[in-house]
Amino acid sequence: MTEPLLSIEGLKTHFFGYDGLVRAVDGVDLEVNPGEVLGLVGESGCGKTVTALSVMRLVDAPGRIVGGTIRFDRRDLLSLSASEMAQVRGAEIAMIFQQPKVSLNPVMRVGRQIAEQFIRRRGMDEAAAWKEAIGLLAAVGIPAPEAKARAYPHELSGGQAQRVMIAIALSLKPKLLIADEPTTALDVTVQAQVLALLRERCKALGTSLILVTHDLGVVAQVADRVAVMYAGQVVEQAPVERLFEAPEHPYTRGLLGSIPVLGALKPRLVEIPGNVPTLDGVSVGCRFAARCGERLRVGSRCETEAPPVIARGPGLQVRCWLADPAAADKERALA
Amino acid sequence: MNAAIDLDADALIKVERLSAHFPVKSGFFGRPSAWIRAVDEVSLAIRKRETLGLVGESGCGKSTLGRTILALRRANGGSVHFEEKSVLDLPPEDLKALRRHMQLVFQDPFASLNPRETVGRAVRTALDLHKIGTARERTDAVSEIFRQVGLHPALMDRFPHEFSGGQRQRVGIARAIVLRPKFLVCDEPVSALDVSIQAQILNLLKDLQQQLGLTYLFISHNLAIVEHMADRVAVMYYGRIVEIARRDELYARPRHPYTKALFAAVPIPNPRQRTLDIQMRGDPPDPTRMPSGCRFRNRCPYAMDRCAQEEPALIEMAPDHRVACWLDS
Repeated sequence: MTEPLLSIEGLKTHFFGYDGLVRAVDGVDLEVNPGEVLGLVGESGCGKTVTALSVMRLVDAPGRIVGGTIRFDRRDLLSLSASEMAQVRGAEIAMIFQQPKVSLNPVMRVGRQIAEQFIRRRGMDEAAAWKEAIGLLAAVGIPAPEAKARAYPHELSGGQAQRVMIAIALSLKPKLLIADEPTTALDVTVQAQVLALLRERCKALGTSLILVTHDLGVVAQVADRVAVMYAGQVVEQAPVERLFEAPEHPYTRGLLGSIPVLGALKPRLVEIPGNVPTLDGVSVGCRFAARCGERLRVGSRCETEAPPVIARGPGLQVRCWLADPAAADKERALA
Repeated sequence: MNAAIDLDADALIKVERLSAHFPVKSGFFGRPSAWIRAVDEVSLAIRKRETLGLVGESGCGKSTLGRTILALRRANGGSVHFEEKSVLDLPPEDLKALRRHMQLVFQDPFASLNPRETVGRAVRTALDLHKIGTARERTDAVSEIFRQVGLHPALMDRFPHEFSGGQRQRVGIARAIVLRPKFLVCDEPVSALDVSIQAQILNLLKDLQQQLGLTYLFISHNLAIVEHMADRVAVMYYGRIVEIARRDELYARPRHPYTKALFAAVPIPNPRQRTLDIQMRGDPPDPTRMPSGCRFRNRCPYAMDRCAQEEPALIEMAPDHRVACWLDS
């Protein structure tokens, strides 16, 4: 058994706003193995981005990590000093975002933005760093890399800009890349190219990837393992095939039933009733109970007691009372 | 180049050689230096009670086409007929009367609702403008519509910010159908919504179509959603319809290389079907400088000499299946 590269336990990141407390991440457990692609899926506000930012320790006030541990490559990230953490960012853990053009410096040539990494972090001279940068642009599929290295970000298309971001993020060969909705702003044909590139580059460098997305199709195409988040917690974690073929959590099942699938017509889409919850209240019981069609009888344990994470097999975890055979039997006997 | 379409007896909407251009301003006195042909001589028919899906990537002109059909923006040529009436050259009073029958559902239900107006008021305004019924009847009609779109009538006095995205889109739909229209343009109606909420709205739109006998132009970039919703599908690329066919025919036998590339790029939610094929080279073109001949040719894996010289017309290649590609002729 190899040791996980990243292991998050009981992570809590809360926001202390004027309107009260928001528990954006409220007890997340996650593992990422070396070289693995983990898909982190969920709807807006479920805490997937805040989880990612917590790993980078880039949560801004009024947000704060208030509990849990993040172990990365045998170190406790939460106990590193600010300067030690700055050394980790970029060199060991890199991150790319949804809007590549917002992340790039608009007044600096893109080649220079890549070369800067080598000059600052690897002590290369300008000429060598520029050469490296051109090599990286070629590796991410930018045509005529020598010419494009001299371009400014506004001269790039959205797809090219995301390729440049990938080149920068992978320039120092980090052990982990976190990509937060990297293709959501792109057209579907460009998305396919960028996803294929991300997967190929990460596999080539042995870099682990956390792919944060709301799109189940993207996850199915790229991930090795999937974690589904709901209301600040991971509700199901499974190898990708298992998750899509035998989803265990009612929320995962609902999500998969609610999307139209190309080439597999459904007479009617499954609706998950109600709305995505806000995270400002205190929750008793399962956070999905109010919307759950498979909730054990009203007034039952689903509404009074929060389900624990239940291990269902290798790499397979579910946060649902239904997954606990003893609990479900007892419940049925009572009903 | 587009041949005039058949006079389709079942057509509710007939669009012929419709164009809509945007100026790109620059230079002295901001005179237009170039034009973007967002909609370029498009012809199509939408049949009574059907859903015509319109797919394409961002910037291809699909929203502009929808708005031009509704006479919400000026056309630069061509015609639109609703039933037998020509929409684009109506005097304002007649156009207002016709608008009762043709409505739009917007993508972002928050941006399209006035934040300082109750949602009941937003829905009722159309009844007031068209002077339909007495004050009492209008209130009743709004309650009825609220129930029809799955909102409790007691919510009428609330403001948009008190609603979730899905509920706001229900309000947007209520506003669009309150005048009992015959035709709705749904412009990316679920793109701004969470996945678990999209199904609620798509099911609602299907139910309403059944109950009210509506005809839809359903605009989306999502091929799976269009497959779920549409009876026929048109594929748009930079101002042109490149392929149009019955849904089952198009999804089973796409003929245009662009349609094929689009299908190949869709991430299928099935990890045992890893298909992310890349059949298309390069990036989308600059819309002010389209290539000569076929506009898809510089990204097309099958481009030939002829593609650079002449633009292919949209020609019927199989029953009810039209394609604009030289490969197919």
